[in-house]
Amino acid sequence: MANLLFSKEHEWVLQLEDNKVRVGISDYAQDQLGDIVFVELVEEGTEVEKDESLGTVESVKSASEIYSPVSGTVVAVNEDLEDEPEKVNEEPYEGGWMVEIELSNPEELKELLDEDAYKAFIEEGGE
Amino acid sequence: MSAETQLKRTPLFEKYKELNAKLIDFGGWEMPVQFSTIIEEHHAVRNDAGLFDVSHMGEILVEGKDAESFLNYLVTNDVTKCQVNKAQYTAMVKPDGGIIDDFIIYKLDEQKYWIVTNAANTDKDYEWIMQHVKGDVTVKNISDSIGQLALQGPKAEAILQKLTDTDLSEITFYRFAQGVEVAGIPDVLVSRTGYTGEDGFELYLAADRVTELWDKLLEAGKDEGIKPCGLGCRDTLRFEAGLALYGNELSEDWSPLEAGIGFAVKVDKEVDFIGKEFLAKQKAEGVKRKIVGLEVTGRGIPRNGYKVFSADGTEEIGHITSGTKSPTLGKQLGLALLSVDHAEVGTEVKIQIRKKLVDAVVVKKPFYKR
Repeated sequence: MANLLFSKEHEWVLQLEDNKVRVGISDYAQDQLGDIVFVELVEEGTEVEKDESLGTVESVKSASEIYSPVSGTVVAVNEDLEDEPEKVNEEPYEGGWMVEIELSNPEELKELLDEDAYKAFIEEGGE
Repeated sequence: MSAETQLKRTPLFEKYKELNAKLIDFGGWEMPVQFSTIIEEHHAVRNDAGLFDVSHMGEILVEGKDAESFLNYLVTNDVTKCQVNKAQYTAMVKPDGGIIDDFIIYKLDEQKYWIVTNAANTDKDYEWIMQHVKGDVTVKNISDSIGQLALQGPKAEAILQKLTDTDLSEITFYRFAQGVEVAGIPDVLVSRTGYTGEDGFELYLAADRVTELWDKLLEAGKDEGIKPCGLGCRDTLRFEAGLALYGNELSEDWSPLEAGIGFAVKVDKEVDFIGKEFLAKQKAEGVKRKIVGLEVTGRGIPRNGYKVFSADGTEEIGHITSGTKSPTLGKQLGLALLSVDHAEVGTEVKIQIRKKLVDAVVVKKPFYKR
């Protein structure tokens, strides 16, 4: 997971190409949410700004918004999560990925945390 | 989730840490929402057995020559129908019918009762009771001295029977036995009640012995697959069983007749009681809204507070009080307070889930019956 970047809202970002990333929620986030039973994501082609909603993940207990860690156009959506939302719990960094985004501002990646910084952020009790 | 506010803790708090439970603020109490996962614990209770710490719940002692008549004035059910060693579910309402709390009354002897309250309402209830106290009665909030465990599930009786000589089969639904010795712990009140829709017991005992009983029950139930359970699955279990939750289905803003607990309202009891005039009138005229079950036929999970609209989407007809994806049934279900014009089983409605109107249909409740 050396290449992963993280937001303080607990999303991860994997750079696939110079201006294309894959986004999901961190292992810490899925553990905090508990059993995930429903995932609803924006449609392919949606343009999102950083910190805008990419959709919702719902545990048995509650619904939580997913905030886009970057700005750009959603070019792929993980449709498997419609029938298998539990993949977000089981493999948050692999089968549990959520969307792919073509970046409109690659500079935003510099604002994200690397894995060590993210771990430190969680240990400080970051919310 | 910061620990800045001073939350109350039950005697079992150290056990939560040992068992690595996930903790939440529940009505001012630092309680476990889950020990493993909500779904796993939910299934354990439906199929085997689960053990809950519910020591946060309140106990108010009402004692004296006039205890029965005072309680009968205070609550909506008919307390004179409750016999010694029997429990009765009831509501306490304001003169306008708004629900102050729902609780179980335990009749310990002819002049001695316990009221077992929702944790977040204990102080409010006690104040209300003290404001209305009549006749020769003593009222004491004894919550801190009493602990409570709920052992729930089809294997609850088999597990508990290993630890006591009292014949549990004689304690039928909504009855209890006092002074029972369980696992060498004296003076346990063993009640066949619960909040899960399964068979099971609620065990009341001295707060300083709760940890010991918790350990012994988990040990005794090992072969039966007992699991320590948090408040997360307690909520999904009671929801499937159609049991009302204070703050969701029950509120000071509507009456027990609207909330679907009319079975605990006896407007025909001879004596006066707080709210009688309003409730008798409302019952005679018929309620204008009531709690119904909804099944989502589109995509989405209903949650507390979501608005509900008529099938054509033009008219707001009520709101969701509780909702989740049912672990037992696998369906997206909700309870909703709806206008009676849209409350008949089979009626199509729409639920506003974020920006979308999602299709749902009124279904029978409870969703689950054992």
